[in-house]
Amino acid sequence: MAAPPFSVLAMLRFILTRVSLIIPTFIGITLLAFFLIRLVPGDPIETLAGERGIDPVRHEQLRKEYGFDKPIIVQYGIYLARVLQGDLGKSMITQEPVLNEFSALFPATIELALCAILFALILGLPAGIIAAIRRNSIFDHGVMGISLAGYSMPIFWWGLILILLFSVQFDLTPVSGRIDVLYYIEPITGFLLIDTLLSDEPEAFWSAVRHLILPTIVLGTVPLAVIARMTRSAMLEVLGEDYIRTAKAKGLSRFRVVALHALRNALIPVVTVIGLQIGVLFTGAILTETIFSWPGVGKWLIDAIFRRDYPVLQGGALLLGVVVMSVNLLVDLAYGLINPRIRHTR
Amino acid sequence: MALVEIENLSVEFPTQGGIMRAVDGVSLKLEEGEVLGVVGESGSGKSVTMLALMGLIPFPGRVRADKLAFNGRDLLTISDKDRRKLTGKDVAMIFQEPTTSLNPSFTVGFQLTETLRLHEGMDRKAAERRAVELLGQVGIPSPESRLSAYPHQLSGGMNQRVMIAMAIACNPKLLIADEPTTALDVTIQAQILDLLISLQKERNMGLVMITHNMGVVADTAQRVMVMYAGQIMEERSAADLFASPQHPYTAALLAALPERSEGGRLATIPGVVPGLYDRPKGCLFSPRCAYATEHSRTVRPALKPWAGGHIRCHYPLGDPNRSAAINHDHPVGTEAAS
Amino acid sequence: MTTETMEAPAVASPTATPPHPLREFWGYFSANHGAVAGLVIIVAVVLLALLADVIAPHDPNITNTTIALKPPFWQEGGSIAYPLGTDPIGRDILSRLIYGAQLSLLIGIVVVAISIAVGTVLGLVAGFFRGLTEIFIMRLMDIILTLPSLLLAIVIVAVLGPGLMNAMLAVALVILPHYVRLARAAVITETSKDYVTAARVSGAGTTRLMFREVLPNCTAPLIVQASLGISTAILDAAALGFLGLGAQPPSPEWGTMLADAREFVLRAWWVVTFPGLAILITVLAFNLLGDGLRDAFDPKLKR
Repeated sequence: MAAPPFSVLAMLRFILTRVSLIIPTFIGITLLAFFLIRLVPGDPIETLAGERGIDPVRHEQLRKEYGFDKPIIVQYGIYLARVLQGDLGKSMITQEPVLNEFSALFPATIELALCAILFALILGLPAGIIAAIRRNSIFDHGVMGISLAGYSMPIFWWGLILILLFSVQFDLTPVSGRIDVLYYIEPITGFLLIDTLLSDEPEAFWSAVRHLILPTIVLGTVPLAVIARMTRSAMLEVLGEDYIRTAKAKGLSRFRVVALHALRNALIPVVTVIGLQIGVLFTGAILTETIFSWPGVGKWLIDAIFRRDYPVLQGGALLLGVVVMSVNLLVDLAYGLINPRIRHTR
Repeated sequence: MALVEIENLSVEFPTQGGIMRAVDGVSLKLEEGEVLGVVGESGSGKSVTMLALMGLIPFPGRVRADKLAFNGRDLLTISDKDRRKLTGKDVAMIFQEPTTSLNPSFTVGFQLTETLRLHEGMDRKAAERRAVELLGQVGIPSPESRLSAYPHQLSGGMNQRVMIAMAIACNPKLLIADEPTTALDVTIQAQILDLLISLQKERNMGLVMITHNMGVVADTAQRVMVMYAGQIMEERSAADLFASPQHPYTAALLAALPERSEGGRLATIPGVVPGLYDRPKGCLFSPRCAYATEHSRTVRPALKPWAGGHIRCHYPLGDPNRSAAINHDHPVGTEAAS
Repeated sequence: MTTETMEAPAVASPTATPPHPLREFWGYFSANHGAVAGLVIIVAVVLLALLADVIAPHDPNITNTTIALKPPFWQEGGSIAYPLGTDPIGRDILSRLIYGAQLSLLIGIVVVAISIAVGTVLGLVAGFFRGLTEIFIMRLMDIILTLPSLLLAIVIVAVLGPGLMNAMLAVALVILPHYVRLARAAVITETSKDYVTAARVSGAGTTRLMFREVLPNCTAPLIVQASLGISTAILDAAALGFLGLGAQPPSPEWGTMLADAREFVLRAWWVVTFPGLAILITVLAFNLLGDGLRDAFDPKLKR
């Protein structure tokens, strides 16, 4: 049914309010990144330039360039202006701009994260729904027990155990990487699942899939547990609502009552939780990528720490923060779409 | 053949502290086109009785009855599928809180046409036309534009009209209205009651009006059933019951009506409805009854035919031998002396 | 009002009195088998940690390359002297796990203690003073919550330098917002209640109000959150240890043990399996306890 015209305006106002709300968060993230470099013990210019025992002329030149001779607030202004222009500095090791390195590696992380959240949704939603309908059944207790274990899982260990089982014991999946070394795939989208299909080597696609399986399970475990638990409790709450009684009183089938009338409302809190899981997902990506040598931004950040590549650390943390913030915003907007009450009242 | 036949119905819910009996031995007959008022305090089992008739007792509640039939169909043995063909079509129900009883995520139009498409097999177009018609019948102005409205955009009174439209969509033989006006403004209450009565007359449907307010049933019901703690206390024609209540509880409820008060303070009934832990052994009303005796506190009275209806009391108010019987059984009621 | 119903106990059913609140609390808690299991495991881990010197069969740090990578006793080549086997430089894994329990519990308790102390003060301040102070504190907490928790912890440790102390500080900061929010919400609901107004009218100062009147009323959610916080702290600290940013070798911290053993995963399953299992079981126990406490504090939620 088409929405009446007045709600278009309400919708626009809703979107603008939500977008404006993230500005303080953005400033906060840039402030954190800005001070990060200044909190590192030692001379910030040497930290940033990565040159130990730098010669005085070059030192002075950099001091001017970064604005270290100016008051701190001006320095922040300079930094913010550079960030907004997409200048996040250069890696000390590769001398590549941080933004370029990030954009080259980010698709690998996104590909993994999307697969993980899909995995979590496909298993977690039905598990939560069935657990709620069959409350206190063996299935319910099983789902709740397993999901609490999943929620408590040290995923860095989980990854190693899965490698031990599937790669070492049964030789089913590869131990690390995104694809077998014998394939070279020209990056078009950056997503290997798509790029391999576009290439003329069909086996490469299956190689990419086989490489994705274990990292997907590892990264998806915690979101899966959280989604199953949240779906169950949201469904339980919604199933006790008056309008469910009304739906049953209409003589609707059990399936329609659950899958349409209840689920539509239960999804509202679940979507919020999925949004919050995005942050958890990137946290997990750092660990998962480390275990599976997955060439994404998480591994890149950890490597940067051990190489003391501070511009990468600063820029990478900032970018990841902005990504998470943007995803949260999108989730917020989606929340407004599925919940008419929010859309009309704010 | 009566429209509704219930014999010895009980509904139980297992809880942490034991089994809670929400409905206890209720028997009831309702003819086609009859209006029945069911009156009682909250927790008296009046709604649960009707939910049992609708087949809406939530798990883990248990329904037991010697007979439970609607329009000649045995509801105790009916399959879930056949039952769903009845509910929402031949027997419909509206609830106390119209705003929470409508699904907040769907438009009024969707929720209204859903019933029509399910039970009448209409296509979308036809269902929408009929929905507009129904919204008009329940007195909603400019019904076409309301189809795309969400429940939170309408007032409580409007939402209750939508609920009524949904309930009468398939021309039910019986409409159960569970406290349909309690959550509404006083001015709206009368409008909704008038609407229900006029719809009932127009369509000659059976109507069960559940309420805690004696005033509501006084003008609308042909017969009144008074419930207390899950049991029927008194069940008679409305005119007789209001003229000469036979159960002390009915009498107390009537005395608490503002329009019946004879100046001074409104009468109240001391005490509260027994809970799970303090269910009396004898008459359930005895702890609050002004005429309770040792006998009525230890022996539970049966539901017996009396004065053109039924009553569950050892000492009906209209019984000529009443005082003698009470004195014989040693009165203990606190108010008996005064 | 209810005296009349109370007067008739003789005719009431045998289970006439509702249970005492504390008994009811324990009733709800003990009916939850998971929560009881969690409690039992926690007690066991605490005992192991306290009695490590007595129980542990070996010194956790003594290396002996002649017995390196011995498998657990039930496997060929294992011996009962090293029940869970030995690591690549011949240290007894069981003994290291037992001493690791000390560290993990210490991490959990210290981190949560810091977070609760700082968090409740910030939350109480935000709730009582409102205005700019509140906006500033709560916005800051929102930003911390927005960032992926481990990323933030990693960045902090990267700046401060790797080590157990810095890792604990970082994790404490990461879980801080939960306590701030909790305390603030409690203040805002409680200050609108009559007893706080009464205390105010009778001349109680703000500080006194904060700590004597309001704080006791949010202990239940704080206890629940503390239990869940300990599990997060142990998990995150172990993750930092695994990444080489937390406790440093040769510390028997479980995450660090895993990092040490990682390269041997293909040769010796036991060196990676047991430390992770220890983390999983301990974290699970605290989560079970937290869930059980929450349900027991608020039985109405269980329906």
